[in-house]
Amino acid sequence: MKALVSVKRVVDYNVRIQVKSDGSGVVTDGVKHSMNPFDEIAMEEAVRLKEKGKVTEIVAVTIGGAKNEETLRTALAFGADRAIHVKEEGEVQPLTAAKAFAAVLKKEEAKLFLAGKQAIDDDANQTGQMVAALLDIAQATFASKVEIDGDKATVTREIDAGLETLEVDLPAVITTDLRLNEPRYLKLPDIMKAKKKPIEAVSFADLGVTPAAGLKTTKTVPPPARSKGIMVKTTDELVEALKSKGLL
Amino acid sequence: MSKILIVAEHAEGKLNGGVAKTVAAAKGVGGEIHVAVFAADAAAVAEQAAKLDGVTKVLAVNNAANANPVAAVLAPQIVEVASGGYTHVFVPGTTFGKDLAPRIAAKLDVQQVSDVMAVHGPNSFDRPIYAGNAITTVETPAGTVVATVRLASFQAVGAGGSASVETVSVGAAVPTHTRYVKLEAQKSERPDLQSAARVVSGGRALGSSENFKVIFDFADKIGAGVGASRAAVDSGYVPNDMQVGQTGKIIAPELYFAVGISGAIQHLAGIKDARTIVAINKDPEAPIFEVADIGLVGDLFQVVPELTGKV
Repeated sequence: MKALVSVKRVVDYNVRIQVKSDGSGVVTDGVKHSMNPFDEIAMEEAVRLKEKGKVTEIVAVTIGGAKNEETLRTALAFGADRAIHVKEEGEVQPLTAAKAFAAVLKKEEAKLFLAGKQAIDDDANQTGQMVAALLDIAQATFASKVEIDGDKATVTREIDAGLETLEVDLPAVITTDLRLNEPRYLKLPDIMKAKKKPIEAVSFADLGVTPAAGLKTTKTVPPPARSKGIMVKTTDELVEALKSKGLL
Repeated sequence: MSKILIVAEHAEGKLNGGVAKTVAAAKGVGGEIHVAVFAADAAAVAEQAAKLDGVTKVLAVNNAANANPVAAVLAPQIVEVASGGYTHVFVPGTTFGKDLAPRIAAKLDVQQVSDVMAVHGPNSFDRPIYAGNAITTVETPAGTVVATVRLASFQAVGAGGSASVETVSVGAAVPTHTRYVKLEAQKSERPDLQSAARVVSGGRALGSSENFKVIFDFADKIGAGVGASRAAVDSGYVPNDMQVGQTGKIIAPELYFAVGISGAIQHLAGIKDARTIVAINKDPEAPIFEVADIGLVGDLFQVVPELTGKV
């Protein structure tokens, strides 16, 4: 069974985000980028499923400019067998990304589409669900446990009310939450091996995808700052401070 | 004029509190506001939705397939209803809504607006990116506007209304490729995290499940909901549905106590809208003190029981 894993290149999660003073966006030039952490979890899960003999081939896919090859090399170092680079230099919003992934999924006849539940840049949390909708296949989002049995998957999902279990027929989309697994450290030999694995370049046109009309961002600002607080020394002072604010 | 369809989230015959906040966001758009209740038997929930101020009509869709909320099952039904002249489809920004809304948007061939935190007009909204470290204003293109509403950004509307309830039959075929198996819910007598006026959260410094008792005791004394940092959840001290933060629950209580929580960006993203933040931590350098309204440096195992005795 073939698994397709989508990976996105984003500003590294350790970077302190700076909003441009002219309100035109967030500073992304010259800052460290890495694979979206939720996508690392998706890659790790695919590799574990392959180690268990449930998945036979892992194909990593990304959409973006030339720099995204780095992210695909990381996916190949994790254990993807090969990669597909959908080349697109401009901004790609979730519906357009989903159309491209759906086209790749169909072409590859993959049974499993694994993706992070959201990317930590736009925090949209949409693409996986949209891929499933476009192909009319099952989706199990926010997964914290995945079991594959033949042409079915049993997925435990982290939802507000607790842990929900769904059974889905394959092909299906599964999006990963934090506690699904802990991604491995990449070892040098794997990184070296990844350099020799094949990456196929395709365009939206090759996939028959027309970009959907997008949201237009008119302004980007930093969040409102909180006013400076006070420090108290004892619990009595704390109780007093809360009472004076009418909170107790 | 706008005509807004809100998808009701509900469980065990009770309307989710997030729906009243979603109605508040819809009121910002203006126009007609309809709430659709999809259930095996929608009557009880529809009655609750009809009381929400600002709602002009409630649509009850009864179908045995809707006994449990499964996005793939709900989406085609919602798309059919939405095709009846609706300009907007709003869903609460809970795990229910986040799972469901993109499935609706893709079927309607439109981009979705995630986590609406302010409404400027029918086609202009604010939403957070980068874990709330930047706020963008976006304009939607032509077509239906599908959005999830960030609940912490809106005050629930009152329940003094009396909209009419209409039973609607929906013909859309629903798929069978996704089957609900079970829900392991944490039963709790405490106030729900997302609607509680007071919340007390514990972090890694608690050190164990047993030690969380000091948090529970204090919370019970002041009638608060109980949350936790990701570190406390990952360490297995408390279940995941208690996690407060960017990847857990985003909350907006009147009063928030962060106990033994250092204040990682991911946690702060979940409490930005709390009215008053109190931090108790033994490390005076902890980043939580930078956002706290009131800070107390001290050993939580001493401070918290002391507080419990004094409030």
